[in-house]
Amino acid sequence: MSTTRTQPAQAGGPAAGRPGGGPPAPGRAPVPRRSNLRNRLLRFDMRYMPYVMIAPFFLLFAAFGVFPLIFNAVVAFRHWRLDDPDLTGWAGMENFSRLIADEDFWNALYNTLGIFVLSTVPQLLIALVVAALLNRHLRGKTWWRVGILLPYVTPLTASTMVFSTIVSRDYGVANWVLGLLGIGGGDNPIDWRADKLHSWIAIATMVNWKWIGYNALLYLAAMQSIPRDVYEASAIDGAGPNRQLWQITVPMIRPVLLFTIVVSTIGGLQLFTEPMLFDLNSQSATGGPAGEWQTIAQLIYKVGWKDLNLGYAAAMAMALFVIVVVVTGINTLLTNRIGGGRR
Amino acid sequence: MGRAPQDTRGSVWTYLLLSLIVLFSAFPLYWMFVIATSTDEALAKLPPAVVPGNQFFINLNEVFTMQDVYFAASLINSAIVSSVVTFSVLFFCSLAGFAFAKLRFPGSNALMMVVVLTLTVPQQLGIVALYIVMGKLGWNGTLLAVIAPGLVTAFGVFYMRQFVVGAVPDELIESGRMDGATTMRMYWSLVLPAIRPALAVLGLLTFVMTWNDFQWPLITLNGSDYPTSMVAISDLASGNYVIYRRVLAGAFVATVPLLVLLGIGGRQIVRGIMEGAVKA
Repeated sequence: MSTTRTQPAQAGGPAAGRPGGGPPAPGRAPVPRRSNLRNRLLRFDMRYMPYVMIAPFFLLFAAFGVFPLIFNAVVAFRHWRLDDPDLTGWAGMENFSRLIADEDFWNALYNTLGIFVLSTVPQLLIALVVAALLNRHLRGKTWWRVGILLPYVTPLTASTMVFSTIVSRDYGVANWVLGLLGIGGGDNPIDWRADKLHSWIAIATMVNWKWIGYNALLYLAAMQSIPRDVYEASAIDGAGPNRQLWQITVPMIRPVLLFTIVVSTIGGLQLFTEPMLFDLNSQSATGGPAGEWQTIAQLIYKVGWKDLNLGYAAAMAMALFVIVVVVTGINTLLTNRIGGGRR
Repeated sequence: MGRAPQDTRGSVWTYLLLSLIVLFSAFPLYWMFVIATSTDEALAKLPPAVVPGNQFFINLNEVFTMQDVYFAASLINSAIVSSVVTFSVLFFCSLAGFAFAKLRFPGSNALMMVVVLTLTVPQQLGIVALYIVMGKLGWNGTLLAVIAPGLVTAFGVFYMRQFVVGAVPDELIESGRMDGATTMRMYWSLVLPAIRPALAVLGLLTFVMTWNDFQWPLITLNGSDYPTSMVAISDLASGNYVIYRRVLAGAFVATVPLLVLLGIGGRQIVRGIMEGAVKA
């Protein structure tokens, strides 16, 4: 992460003895006044301009990114209702003790983790295979790469609504195709919204569809930076393409594997759009008639903006934050184990 | 056999499997169009209609004339939000990226570390407090509330810094200083021209993400007269009886701009994702 810098070491100091900087050396004829002012301006520019240039990022990110996260913790310990502005004051641990006893929360956590497993594992494995295919010497290489990015640019709201119709019970194309294959069939079509397992599979499929191409490109980028001679050596040992993939390529791209696992975890545990719009009435935020697929992010929305209890919603968001940190930590450990983590 | 994968020619199987994955990627988009162009009758029979109908403009007209959805306005709102956010991200992040890459100032390393650390901050989890902040500012329900949190991104600063390091030679800055150019002057006339490709990449990625954002706009714009197109789509899909040909006609219209962007800038989007990866 080190970079070369422009100026020789003179951090913050005047650019002594260089044109356009520094006070005139003693014993020399004073430079004309105008350029002196100019010099001073330029010095000021060199010293303080960098801070002016990075300030917008830090100020805006602090105001709308970091501060809300911190302030969220304050809200979580207070009474804060949208329908009762007069009800304020500290709630102490009330929101949290309520959360521990809240069946909806545990159900949402169960759903979130279930959908997360069903969507992350296949997603990354398939992405790995797709990346290995793209890593071959191909014709029309850009075309393939752009093709698998179609899901990445498609709005989630749009794709979720399409999937909603694809898996509809009576006239959905998914059940029709499955029926042709002898699964489900005409008289008892699969109801993808009836129970946990089916709705989880439907939602996980949407997540997989969205992110396989994106992750495949991340893996491909890492694969292309593996030196060729590593493969030459294994070829002498007579390793086929399959063994090469699992014994050379995968271990060599471990940093990116870890990166995608972390990003998928942070994103997957905050799943919101898919479960919201999978509901036949997308504004109910219940995640199915009995919360079959309600995720935590969805429950936070429901508690905060349907039940109007922002204090409680903030407590849930804090809980989710902790869950994200814990699961990310576990996944990092697991990945290092699997990769024979001796670092 | 045995050579590096990138020197091995793709076999028939390689092309077949890749075709399958591209078909799988494209199918929902095709299906969206099929439903968006069909009649209710065509959608309520088995086997399902597999080719587009001829009702697209009828369906679309219903979307545009629906009460309380403001679909036409929502497209304009999305365009405004995405353009402002994209422009702002490009400007502020390239400015900060240039400073971190080429300027020497006390604390620059520590501050850059802060940027890298904020890359993983799950901003969405502050959404409750963000709503309260916007409420205090009186911005909830307006496009300002949607725009403000997107004005800068840590990824943007990170990406720009990486690019400036490689694209702008130190000698260039050095000679600029010699000529007595101010830092901003150098930003305008030396740095910006040199990082044009990176601006295109970051701009495309930012525009796509902003256009598609749903959770925060839904929360802050709920029930207002200024929905973004994503919120409008969810409005079309709410209620006890959803007319899918309408929803998907609207969704299709909101998807077209992104497909156009992918068509024009696909190469850049691919590059952006891959470059971000190698450096992650």
